Amino acid sequence: MTTETGELSKGSLSTDHSRAIADQAHSHGVGPSPESSRASRPRSFVADDFPLPIGREEEWRFTPVDRLARVLADEPADGHLAWGIPNLPAGVTISEVTPDDAIRRTVQAPGDRASAVALKRAGGAMALTIAPSTVLDEPLTIRLTGAGEDARGHVLIEVGADSEAVVVIEHDGVATYSELVSVSVGDNAGLNLVLLQLWDAGTVHVGEVVARLGRDARLRGTVVTLGGDVVRLNTAATFADEGASVDLHGLYFADAGQHLEHQLFIDHNAPRCRSRVTYKGALQGQGAHTVWVGDVLIRAIAEGTNTYEQNRNLVLTDGARADSVPNLEIETGLIEGAGHASATGRFDDEQLFYLSSRGIPEIEARRLVVRGFFVDLVHAIGVPEIEARLLGLIEAELSKSMSEFREGASIPVAIA
Amino acid sequence: MSTLEIRDLRVSVETKEGLKPILNGVDLTIGSGETHAIMGPNGSGKSTLAYSLAGHPKYKVTGGTVTLDGVDVLAMKVDERARAGLFLAMQYPVEVPGVSVSNFLRTAKTAIDGQAPPLRGWVKEIRGAMDALRMDPEFQERSVNEGFSGGEKKRHEILQMELLKPKFAILDETDSGLDVDALRIVSEGVNRVKSTTDVGVLLITHYTRILRYITPDFVHVFVDGHVAEEGGPELADRLEDEGYDRFLAAAQA
Repeated sequence: MTTETGELSKGSLSTDHSRAIADQAHSHGVGPSPESSRASRPRSFVADDFPLPIGREEEWRFTPVDRLARVLADEPADGHLAWGIPNLPAGVTISEVTPDDAIRRTVQAPGDRASAVALKRAGGAMALTIAPSTVLDEPLTIRLTGAGEDARGHVLIEVGADSEAVVVIEHDGVATYSELVSVSVGDNAGLNLVLLQLWDAGTVHVGEVVARLGRDARLRGTVVTLGGDVVRLNTAATFADEGASVDLHGLYFADAGQHLEHQLFIDHNAPRCRSRVTYKGALQGQGAHTVWVGDVLIRAIAEGTNTYEQNRNLVLTDGARADSVPNLEIETGLIEGAGHASATGRFDDEQLFYLSSRGIPEIEARRLVVRGFFVDLVHAIGVPEIEARLLGLIEAELSKSMSEFREGASIPVAIA
Repeated sequence: MSTLEIRDLRVSVETKEGLKPILNGVDLTIGSGETHAIMGPNGSGKSTLAYSLAGHPKYKVTGGTVTLDGVDVLAMKVDERARAGLFLAMQYPVEVPGVSVSNFLRTAKTAIDGQAPPLRGWVKEIRGAMDALRMDPEFQERSVNEGFSGGEKKRHEILQMELLKPKFAILDETDSGLDVDALRIVSEGVNRVKSTTDVGVLLITHYTRILRYITPDFVHVFVDGHVAEEGGPELADRLEDEGYDRFLAAAQA
């Protein structure tokens, strides 16, 4: 059920999509061809530098921009999400930051209009700051809850040198929300950042996470997107110095009518850094749509880079659509490794037959397979209480969507 | 005492060119405790019989009946057949990534028995069965069939047969691709289930080698989608000496 695009050998200068296209394993979309280099796409703190998208632009071509009118308009939004803040351990502060200061402390300029508008209209930022050499034993969980408001947000996460922390940001409730999250990981610091999108129906969430890693820093980012009508959450990571390592994991589950989009850009602009991207999605129901775009740029200076990105989608029913576009741009041959893979497969009826032939009812068999599809990403988080909670959330998502089968929706039978 | 009765079974397979008939009227009756070997050349329809009995959607039954103690098996869904007591050890077991063997076995056992097995006894039972099949305990933590060697897959199939205790087990070329040591281990497993339960076995094989370890009560020669000749164990000896040529020539004539 999977096909892989070729792993690039050392020093290869182009990406090979031929097999994937032949197998129709992933879509490369329609519309204009990409710009000459990912690096040439603008980033700016000025909202007006980004024209209002019409949906044909490279970065918007999969997005239902008509459903995003509010967050794309450069207008005031007076709502605020409710912040649930835990008791903060020593070395950790949460504070409000003035607009000017917020821009100064943001590690990369916004990469699209929604993100730039969020920054402009947020009226300053909330900053979570972890002092240098602070090692947190417990995950720090911040909950942002919407009650139907229209809100813009700007969040700074600043992890000082030599610190270690697990930070969970949970979005729930209902909102029209756009957000810029800036993540700074200091020299030799480690941040395990988990972003949960557990919105209720009726939510539009457009966000961008911009990250910069200091020398020898480690960032593990996990994005879990389960709820919301339209969620578009982009991540852009870059390096301040050499030796850093970034792992970006994503897990999404789209039901009927949901649009869940994740675009990533890893800008290898420093030598000897490592990146791994693994996003997995399941889709089910009429009009369920997921988009994954993974861009990796290895600049000429980034010798010794080691990168691999992959996206897997499991399409459970007819009427769902997964777009998956990996792009790898390499400007130096002196790298350790670079590769990507993308595969979109249907639910495997041979797996279903095997499990059923052991007496396991179809609904239970599907649950086993879908849970199995996600389980490695969940365990990769490495924090048992979060893993357990996440498995519970996936379980809930499965029960919700599996009820469609119980009600007798037709299951396409594809025979291998 | 149970009986699995196959009467004039006709099965076609879906191909790009449309339905292609494979089984042309199979008659077979298997009682509890009996071991029937189905032997035949490649393409004779042996595996089609196995998958049809288990209910694989690729195979369309166009005529005939299959009953288990008088109850219509063909009307049952795949999982219902398993719960009724049928078990298929597959020639090519399917990988299920992310689902551990222990989770899979417990889920299957719970489904078959209608209730979760008592924890302590179950753990002991699995361990005992795995020991007997020379399977490492860490095997339980691996994903179902993922990265298993050919021999591991077959042992895992027989492990399931031991744990699920079916009324009738269909072993589809369980011996194919096994070296002698693995064949002996797998055969011992089958014999253990035979001696401790009342299972009826339908042993589908291309080769006679496995019959040195598992003695059949009946041998059926399968040619061109039906049983061409039947006999006792001595028929297997004759096939070992003569091969299938005699039957193939007759089928082509």
